[in-house]
Amino acid sequence: MAENKVSLGRELTKGVIKENPTLVMLLGMCPTLAVTTQAANGVGMGLATTFVLLGSNIVISSLRKVIPDKVRIPAFIVIIASFVTLIGFLLEGFVPTLYESLGIYLTLITVNCIIFGRAEMFASKNGVIASACDAVGMGIGFTLALFVMGSVREILGAGQWMGMDIPVIHDNPMLLFIMPAGGFFTLGVIIAAVNKFKGRKPPAELGCKSCPNAKNCGKDGDCR
Amino acid sequence: MKTMMVILLSAMLTDNFVLAKFMGICPFLGVSKKLDSATGMGLAVTFVMLCATLVTYPIHHFILVPNDLAYFDTVVFILVIALFVQLVETMLKKCIPSLYRALGVYLPLITTNCAVLGVTVLSIDNDYTFAESMVNALGGGLGFLIALVIFSGVRKKLEYADIPETFRGVPATLIAASIVSVSFMGFSGLFS
Repeated sequence: MAENKVSLGRELTKGVIKENPTLVMLLGMCPTLAVTTQAANGVGMGLATTFVLLGSNIVISSLRKVIPDKVRIPAFIVIIASFVTLIGFLLEGFVPTLYESLGIYLTLITVNCIIFGRAEMFASKNGVIASACDAVGMGIGFTLALFVMGSVREILGAGQWMGMDIPVIHDNPMLLFIMPAGGFFTLGVIIAAVNKFKGRKPPAELGCKSCPNAKNCGKDGDCR
Repeated sequence: MKTMMVILLSAMLTDNFVLAKFMGICPFLGVSKKLDSATGMGLAVTFVMLCATLVTYPIHHFILVPNDLAYFDTVVFILVIALFVQLVETMLKKCIPSLYRALGVYLPLITTNCAVLGVTVLSIDNDYTFAESMVNALGGGLGFLIALVIFSGVRKKLEYADIPETFRGVPATLIAASIVSVSFMGFSGLFS
């Protein structure tokens, strides 16, 4: 990513499908599984994460020449956590119902590896505008993935979708899908479907290659 | 004493951090391939959770709340955890090298583990006393350890299974995790 010639359109669109952070790069699993019992919650979480990602990417890329390499991790964390606090206030004030239903996972956006990963892999190496495009693209991709997850789980598990009742299923919902176990199951099936669709070999190992911490654990790309 | 047991067991089993609250999924899926690394990671997380609670509780109650700065929780906690993990790593390296060799590689991974930040924030949200917070951290850590150890056994079997190609790797692992999570649902209703 160090090359100067980056087309902004590509930065914007790559996160949506080609490098979808959740379904292809397998980052940010915790919120993907935790808040997707309803499609609306998934979208709310996705947009909140996009906001934090956009803010932190812009700030980090504009400060990338100021932040010394050695203390970059704590510096990134503080920037990200500040934006999380900010979005917490905004949601609490304007969308209290969403604030309630996201609960602790809103705080945990701080440790969402998508945000940290983009800061480390993209924003700290690229200009402000490119980083902003990258953030928006990744954010849309994440939101889309959460929306799909949430829709599947809400339709099958509760027989509802965005407040509408779905006929037939509504009378006999498969409760398992809104339980934690259903989250793992749905994500597994969706990732398998994406693999099938893209016709690529499924990744043998989760995360480590894209994990922002891989370097820290000294086993670049393979933390076993 | 009874509430302590309830907090401990519910953090360990009914509200298992990994399988019911989805915190720390990355290490759960990433480090559960071998039994010894799963144990190492689990112990390291338990240790850091206890230390983090030990530090963040007084910070929240004696520094932030009296100064009306409770909204700084996230920023302060994550920094304190990052700092503390670094400190623990250095101290272990110097004082207990044998423990460092066992847990050392997992420590940096833990800084951005949501289970650790999660346990500290949950204790504050639930208005636990200091002792209850520590018990909650212990239960959360042990629950994480149990989930990782059980799952490493499941994955060993999974390696020999004949799985359709699209499901091989991560999808199969997630579905196996789903089944393990179903088994933990059996604990719900343990206290009611």
